Amino acid sequence: MSELGASCPLPASSERVLLAHGGGGRLSQQLFEELFLPALRSPELEARHDGALLSAGGARLAFSTDAYVVDPLIFPGGDIGSLAVHGTVNDLAMCGARPRWLSAAFVLEEGLPLSTLRRVVASMGAAAAAAGVALVTGDTKVVDRGRGHGLYLTTSGVGVVEHGAAIGPQTVRAGDAILLSGDLGRHGIAIMATREGLEFETTIESDSAPVHAPVLALLEAGLEVHCLRDLTRGGLASALVEVAQAAGLGCALDGAQIPVEEDVQGACELLGLDPLQVANEGRFVCFLPAAQAERALEVLRKHPVSAGATAIGVVSSARPGLVELDTGFGSSRLLDMLSGEQLPRIC
Amino acid sequence: MKYLSEYRDPVAAKRFVEAIRERVTRPWTLMEVCGGQTHSIVRYGLDALLPAEVELIHGPGCPVCVTPVAQIDQALEVAGREGVILCSYGDMLRVPGTRGDLRQAKAAGADVRVLYSPLDAVELAAAHPEREVVFFAVGFETTAPAHALAVLQAQARGIRNLTLIVSHVLVPPAMEAILGGEHNRVQGFLAAGHVCTVMGTEEYAPLAARYRVPIVVTGFEPLDLLQGIYLCLRQLEEGRAEVENQYARVVEPRGNRSAQDLVRRVFEVVPRRWRGVGEIPRSGLGLRAEFAAFDACARFGAVESAEPAPSECIAGEVLRGLKKPAECPAFGTRCTPTTPLGAPMVSSEGACAAYYRYRAPQGARP
Repeated sequence: MSELGASCPLPASSERVLLAHGGGGRLSQQLFEELFLPALRSPELEARHDGALLSAGGARLAFSTDAYVVDPLIFPGGDIGSLAVHGTVNDLAMCGARPRWLSAAFVLEEGLPLSTLRRVVASMGAAAAAAGVALVTGDTKVVDRGRGHGLYLTTSGVGVVEHGAAIGPQTVRAGDAILLSGDLGRHGIAIMATREGLEFETTIESDSAPVHAPVLALLEAGLEVHCLRDLTRGGLASALVEVAQAAGLGCALDGAQIPVEEDVQGACELLGLDPLQVANEGRFVCFLPAAQAERALEVLRKHPVSAGATAIGVVSSARPGLVELDTGFGSSRLLDMLSGEQLPRIC
Repeated sequence: MKYLSEYRDPVAAKRFVEAIRERVTRPWTLMEVCGGQTHSIVRYGLDALLPAEVELIHGPGCPVCVTPVAQIDQALEVAGREGVILCSYGDMLRVPGTRGDLRQAKAAGADVRVLYSPLDAVELAAAHPEREVVFFAVGFETTAPAHALAVLQAQARGIRNLTLIVSHVLVPPAMEAILGGEHNRVQGFLAAGHVCTVMGTEEYAPLAARYRVPIVVTGFEPLDLLQGIYLCLRQLEEGRAEVENQYARVVEPRGNRSAQDLVRRVFEVVPRRWRGVGEIPRSGLGLRAEFAAFDACARFGAVESAEPAPSECIAGEVLRGLKKPAECPAFGTRCTPTTPLGAPMVSSEGACAAYYRYRAPQGARP
């Protein structure tokens, strides 16, 4: 085996931030592991969870933060304001916490129409009220025209953990059932279609929604929830690969049980995307003992946001760190994390 | 979604597999030409369903994979210039040139944009008369008509700030180069359905006759592929070598005449270097002399760039069907989609990316 020659077209080591570093896939993971974690190490960061679990004065709290840079600011099914509420509420829900308080920091670009800002803020307020969370503190900065994209928004949230369960990949066991809360891919396709001016026969709406109600219902029903993940950037595939790697276990999925709406499937076919890698903002997976799967599905299906919940697979110790999908053709294929940002294909 | 689910029906697939098993009496090696077909085969595990006698090898039909390093370097050089907007299709952004890729050029300040259609480049040029818009026009016969149309529209509208880096390749000459190669193992082809949608099936008859190979024009869904494989094997078993059209619901024997006319008006056949394969005579398209004003190389000067010295990357052998991706020592370890050594690991049509994405062996991942 020869050494790599200097003339080999190796991608020069990326000395700058690439868009793909924010894509939620392998490069995002690498940035966290190699740059952020070594410099900012804490037990909570090392848990690699959607939020941090903290205790203070006998209370157990979950704390999470997220930045929103979505383009366009307003899209079918939501806008950056409602999205910023749902995203942080869902991160708290994935810790098994009841979301209570949010902060919001606005970075506004000089020249942004006040009507846009008013609409976004009103939508935030409505989303917060609907999710039962209070916006309790905030900040606003304005940057020169051309130095922002209209509006960037960061929300942080605190929730209260009312149960004693340890929710996270380390609790996942071989034999656990994997439940998915609904159909996939609508947020990512809605954004892409709006941004790129792609027109389909029907308008695909984002699935952006808070998911804490069904999650808390699972816990209140006494179900033994082992792990929860919301399926944001990178989609179902990236979330499951992350859990499989962190748990040191494999996931075996039945492709026929994974719901994808026809219009989303069609858009993905056209664009060359895998719906299992497309972003969602109101979907999650839940790992729990297989014997409790039926009861859990009953609980989930009582809530509109997870009415389409299905059991999509099981955890096994056969192929640690890998996620396999039964193709229906008597063979299986692997699901992988996104390698970078999602790019449409050529032909 | 009727036209998709029908062609992904596992029960019907089983029937084709049975029919194939009944037909085959000895070993045969088939090549699917198009990278889209390779992805379907690997994604649905179709090769694993076939009898052991049938081997599928993966062809050079991935436009991103065969675009030479020199052209990537040209795009990188032009993208780095003041005032240039460089546009291309998504996958091209991640293909490594001699010094980095277009994503990195973008991060370093170049204005690099992903477009879905070359006609968007015409609009971009019209909207920014003060900028130079350069479209990196790659692809096979499938993308050529739209690129030709973009040039004609720009000409008709008097748009002078749009140029193309043309890196077009043609499929039949590549098939001939494979058949004529000294290590050729291909006994039958599944021709690329979408290329034939544009070009028709007529140009394959001389190839089939000269090299005594069956050529079955085939689609991209699992049932298309299984039927294409069946038809190809049936010919081989019966000693025939003809052109057959499995993809008749899309492909007309004469192809799309108006698309062909567009291509002929704007482009002429030229020799072309294929990444990993080398130069193949009459295997590319270049702008005709009367459209030289749209040639980015003429406007910005051609970049001299040698093909890189051989590395452990076996892209060339993979593209010629001589090796499978997993036979590469770097596969899945030093070469992954995040850190590709060669283009077949980058492109959504690339064979290495398909193997990595759908079936990397345990332990091959970081």
